[in-house]
Amino acid sequence: MASLGKIARRGFLVGAAAVAGGVAFGTWRLRTPYPNPLAPGDGAAVLNPWVVVDGAGVTLITPRADKGQGAVQVQAALLAEELDVEPKAVRTAFGPAAPAYYNSVVVADGMPVAATDDGVIARLLREEVSAAAGKVFGMHVTGGSTTVPDAYETLRRAGAVARETLKRAAAARTGTAMADLRTEDGQVILPDGAALPYTELAAEAAEVEAPDFVPLRAPSAWRILGQPVERLDMAAKCTGTQTFGIDHRQPGMLHATVRTHPGWGAGAVSVESRAAERMRGVERVVEITGGVGVIADNTWRAMQAAEAVEIDWGPSPIAESTEAMWDDFAASFTEDRHDSRFKDEGDVDGALAGAEVLEAEYRVPFLAHAPLEPMNATVQVTGDRADIWTGTQIPRFVQDHVAGIVGIAADRVHVHNAMIGGSFGHRLEDLHVRQATELAMRVPGRPVKMTWTREEDMAHDYPRTMQLARMRGAVRAGRVEAFDLSIAAHSTFASQGPRWGVPASGPDVAIVAGAWDQPFAIPHYRVTGYRVPEGVPVSSWRSVGASGNAFLHDGFLDELIHAAGADPLEERLRLCRHEPSRRVLEAVGEMAGWDGPRPAEGRGRGVAYCLSFGVPTAEIVEVTETEEGLRIDAIYVAAEVGRVLDPVNLEAQMTGGALFGLGHAMFSELTFAGHRVEQRNYDGYRTLRLPQTPRIVETRALETTDEIRGIGEPPVPPAAPALANAIFAATGRRLREMPFAKSVRFA
Amino acid sequence: MRLTVNGTAHELDVEAEMPLLWVLRDELGLTGTKYGCGIAQCGACTVHLDGVAVRSCQTRAGDAEGAEITTIEGLGTPEAPHPVQAAWIETQVAQCGYCQPGQIMQAASFLAGTPEPTDDDIDAAMGGNLCRCATYPRLRAAVRDAAARLREG
Repeated sequence: MASLGKIARRGFLVGAAAVAGGVAFGTWRLRTPYPNPLAPGDGAAVLNPWVVVDGAGVTLITPRADKGQGAVQVQAALLAEELDVEPKAVRTAFGPAAPAYYNSVVVADGMPVAATDDGVIARLLREEVSAAAGKVFGMHVTGGSTTVPDAYETLRRAGAVARETLKRAAAARTGTAMADLRTEDGQVILPDGAALPYTELAAEAAEVEAPDFVPLRAPSAWRILGQPVERLDMAAKCTGTQTFGIDHRQPGMLHATVRTHPGWGAGAVSVESRAAERMRGVERVVEITGGVGVIADNTWRAMQAAEAVEIDWGPSPIAESTEAMWDDFAASFTEDRHDSRFKDEGDVDGALAGAEVLEAEYRVPFLAHAPLEPMNATVQVTGDRADIWTGTQIPRFVQDHVAGIVGIAADRVHVHNAMIGGSFGHRLEDLHVRQATELAMRVPGRPVKMTWTREEDMAHDYPRTMQLARMRGAVRAGRVEAFDLSIAAHSTFASQGPRWGVPASGPDVAIVAGAWDQPFAIPHYRVTGYRVPEGVPVSSWRSVGASGNAFLHDGFLDELIHAAGADPLEERLRLCRHEPSRRVLEAVGEMAGWDGPRPAEGRGRGVAYCLSFGVPTAEIVEVTETEEGLRIDAIYVAAEVGRVLDPVNLEAQMTGGALFGLGHAMFSELTFAGHRVEQRNYDGYRTLRLPQTPRIVETRALETTDEIRGIGEPPVPPAAPALANAIFAATGRRLREMPFAKSVRFA
Repeated sequence: MRLTVNGTAHELDVEAEMPLLWVLRDELGLTGTKYGCGIAQCGACTVHLDGVAVRSCQTRAGDAEGAEITTIEGLGTPEAPHPVQAAWIETQVAQCGYCQPGQIMQAASFLAGTPEPTDDDIDAAMGGNLCRCATYPRLRAAVRDAAARLREG
């Protein structure tokens, strides 16, 4: 186990700032709650930052962004469980950008602490330091599969405190003892059965002192959590009545779009916009940071006019082509670019020196998030106030950025968060909001909705980094003996952190996440990260580092297991020293009938495993060679989540995550030529569609630990290696480069 | 220009070449129809012209004159969903939900002509509609369920 001194010397990213800042925290910031950001209206009780009751009803504030993962539902359910309201009978709102909504878990992901490390220091870092850093920085952030672990206790407690406050108000009004009151369906019930609706108690509850501590109900007493429920947004999303950010409307609103440097350059050398300015409906053509924007009376007219602007782009700071980028990646395995070696067990060099060494090189491409709702934001700047309507995972960073652009105080920027039509991490960026703000400033007082074309979106996606890996390994007596993995990648946090205004120093755990922290007892075992200097701006993509690293780690592990002549599942189980991980491997084997008859000629199955975001996940893929190409017959997914809060949505996330991983492994890549992205729409950027989706998709969530975890990302990483391993089993071809469609044909 | 949308006639002063998508969204405020790609690659903008699914991003407004245009809002409502919508809700297909109006419009048109589809039929008919959340397994199940509901009337 690492000592605190050793960890401090590693000087990791956000965690470093937290540790260093620990002295400066004093204890004031840590012990003092942030002020409640909600201002009560007349007769309303703001019982805490998450529960508002007024004469009209109960409103639950769900500050974590919903990009389809069901965040509103689970936050509402956690609050409602203790508050005793029916989620469908109350309103939900995302609430304002506020430090009170800080995320106490999200920082932990940047720390070099394996999820399987139960030591005192590891727990201190994961639980205490992460929470302290999240609080001190007021990290109102959605990401890293943290909504459930972060909200699990906080929101139930908020619901319970609100409930007890309402009971105190009822006790005061009726002179009844607290112990004789109970609550049900938004009402306090008196001993004689009379019911006082929460709405009627609002004004009095606002004057009552809230209890400091309320014990939480045991899961056995839950009515909502753990039960299959219809998601709150389901009917709206199936009837076209759900409004997303792109659907927002304000009176007098103008429509806009932008064209900015397609190669991430500073902007245009020359702009000829006279023809565009004369086009129907065009109000203004303006220069903005990085390019031009068109403000018009209709989105299509704005897009047509933007296309008509003649622009001579200035130089691009990124490499000319993907080939040139690979060359730089290949030159990155040097002492200069060494970033981390968090895993270094046994004597790798010694073990390889006397052995027959298996060597390989793997490649993972840039990937776009490409959510179906293009980036957009509606902005209105009036005097010293700005209003922002957009779907965002980073409302406080947005607030700060807009304040800086407009030149006003951050508390004069009102971020109205919206439902998001997919993100996969792109909504952790806010370039589009900054552009919309620049446009809105040109027409003071008028709201402007800025929508990116798909082409603009693909060119500025902040993709997941490419990765180049070199492996060496050896086997002995039918067992995996030595494993040496070196990964070269851009640093996600070095690129993204400064855009957020978060300090990024020291090694980037994301370069090796999902590889260095795997619980295998390989006698000689080493994982080294190398940092490729910044090029294309990159960002977090669903499952971040693990998204590619699982393919690198588990794919090569599968090669060694094959070389050892061992059974892929048995050898992983033999090597695994983490009981919950063993259980998911056993579960997925049982689901797929691994112990049954071996697949026939032309068929193959592959197993893969990855521990990411604290969730051990194992997957098995089955493929068949057909005349039309390789057909994926089935995917089985097993994961340990600690406790299932919403079985229907959990299954959706496990299925969607695994298929997301599968589809990108099959088809997707972003490449560059002439300093710019070549795939500017879904014709070039291929992803999974219905015909390629396996007919059998089965999931199983295990609840055998007390570590409650989020499931949005962990099913993604194992899908690619499971598919590669299955293709090897079926065809004898070992695929070491994604997307696999470059090497094989899919039916 | 005169367009009939969800049974209501609208007099509009727009270019004939403006895609129907943007007439619906920006001129009529019917935002259930989504912009995803603009080149008929994703299907998020799917509406019906006389009951047939078309990509509204590739349909000139001028070409929609005289047709009965139906959008997701006109198919059914939360209170009175169309059988396809009811199947979608019961199966809990949506994750982010952005593609689902287009998926539902595609499925409704497809099932009107193919009341007893096989899984291969479903895959072929729905293959042009992209779902980045990969809700595909539930989507397949919902199309089957919707077919049964429509057959039962």
